[in-house]
Amino acid sequence: MNIRKNSEAERLSFWEKLYLPEIAKGMGITFRQMFKPKFTRQYPEEVWIPTGSYRGRPVLVNEDDGERCVACGLCSRVCPALAIEVQAAETDRDKERYPEKFEINMLRCIYCGFCEEVCPEEAIVMSKDYDLVFTSQEEAILGKDKLLVHISKLQDRLEFLRQYK
Amino acid sequence: MDIIWILLEALIKAVVILNLILLFAAALGVWAERKVSAWIQNRIGPNRVGPFGLLQPFADVFKLFMKEDLIPKAADKTFHRIAPIITLGIAISVYAVIPFADDVKIGDKIYQMGIAPDLNIGILFVLALTSVGVYGITLAGWSSNNKYSLLGGLRSSAQMISYELSMGLALVGVLMIAGSLSLNEIVSKQDVIWRWNVIFQPLGFILFLVSSFAETNRTPFDLPEAEPELVGGYNTEYSGMKFGMFFLAEYANMATSSAIIVLLYFGGWQLPFPADWLGLQQGSIALAVAQFINFMLKIAILVFFFIWVRWTVPRFRYDQLMNLGWKVLLPLALLNVLLTAVGIWLLK
Ligand code: SF4
Ligand code: SF4
Repeated sequence: MNIRKNSEAERLSFWEKLYLPEIAKGMGITFRQMFKPKFTRQYPEEVWIPTGSYRGRPVLVNEDDGERCVACGLCSRVCPALAIEVQAAETDRDKERYPEKFEINMLRCIYCGFCEEVCPEEAIVMSKDYDLVFTSQEEAILGKDKLLVHISKLQDRLEFLRQYK
Repeated sequence: MDIIWILLEALIKAVVILNLILLFAAALGVWAERKVSAWIQNRIGPNRVGPFGLLQPFADVFKLFMKEDLIPKAADKTFHRIAPIITLGIAISVYAVIPFADDVKIGDKIYQMGIAPDLNIGILFVLALTSVGVYGITLAGWSSNNKYSLLGGLRSSAQMISYELSMGLALVGVLMIAGSLSLNEIVSKQDVIWRWNVIFQPLGFILFLVSSFAETNRTPFDLPEAEPELVGGYNTEYSGMKFGMFFLAEYANMATSSAIIVLLYFGGWQLPFPADWLGLQQGSIALAVAQFINFMLKIAILVFFFIWVRWTVPRFRYDQLMNLGWKVLLPLALLNVLLTAVGIWLLK
């Protein structure tokens, strides 16, 4: 159809130009919305549990006989936010190397997931933790004690990585 | 001696009414606004502070008290300070003439339920005050020395001029029917539901309603503070409790407009049915209480309506607003006066 009327006001019908019936219609819609079910999640009481695809705080995978990490330093190298610090040391185990010191500064981390992507050992993965609160800058630097998480808790993410990585 | 008692009585009434209306109604208004907007958007709304989040507005105001009060360097300090006081002060002072219930007789003394409800130019007083209220906003906009604030202030005055006119003219119909400017008189003429002015004055009512939306700067006519175009409009440069005063004034204004609409078109404090159906005596305290509750309920419904409209209708464009005011509302208001005159003349 060719639109010959060039302004919106000219295209409206008489009743539409009166505004009021249309406004009444709109108000009917909003009134009905008031009784619809709500979407709000009462957060601290109702916690949201993400799926495996969620990129939360990066953690180190801990197996029964120790961490997987071989302290190659690739994650530290790739991290765009320079959040990771790794110091390697030797060990008697098969892997020969392990991180003596492994720190992630959570105030720098941007949850990009590059560390996870680059790791040759699948030793660092993104977890589901998202409510991270710190009261000082020092506290935000997580050492190995906080980073090591047992593999059984990371199955969702490992499964996700196996499928999509 | 007498004059002291009269002054004392007025003072007590003023304190009671201001506390009740301002603190309570404004706080409830803020709460209702947040709740209704939440419901319309499928949310729950504030529910943490107090039961059903009822104490939320107090928490908000407390927060505003704690905030730093910033005044821009280039602002006109005096007027910057005065503007919110004017706005809030005017919004409150309208309550001086609003009657809350019928006169109560205790012993042989008659008490009026309101500060000065029998003022014989009541409605003129209201109109005069509401138009002074715009000075607060315009001054706020001008004294902030900020282009957005100034635009907001200017818009507000332009809007006031174009809507005050049709508002006043829409009123004339009611005044012709009541034959008086006193609010008490206008109310006492509408003693049952089928004698409410809204039935005789449907057109006048709609005109008055639309103009009061413009008058209170509520959406769809909230151009003075149009956030997307003007940052915050006239209150861009305000913070802390000064901003809080504008905020409270908006809700006080809304309650005022609702009260005036109720008084003029919905029978004010008059019950919708004859008072003897409840078995209450004229002039008794029980009846006054019933009327007061009735009046407050009507106001609450209208305030809900104001909020409901705000979360439904988008903002008008500035030229649409002006067109509506001058080309539509004004002629219709004149027509309404004419129709009322003809009606009264025919029925005489
Ligand atoms: S976590 Fe992975 S990438 Fe980082 S140092 Fe250890 S093995 Fe290398
Ligand atoms: S998620 Fe990204 S920013 Fe965070 S530690 Fe890993 S590479 Fe660095």
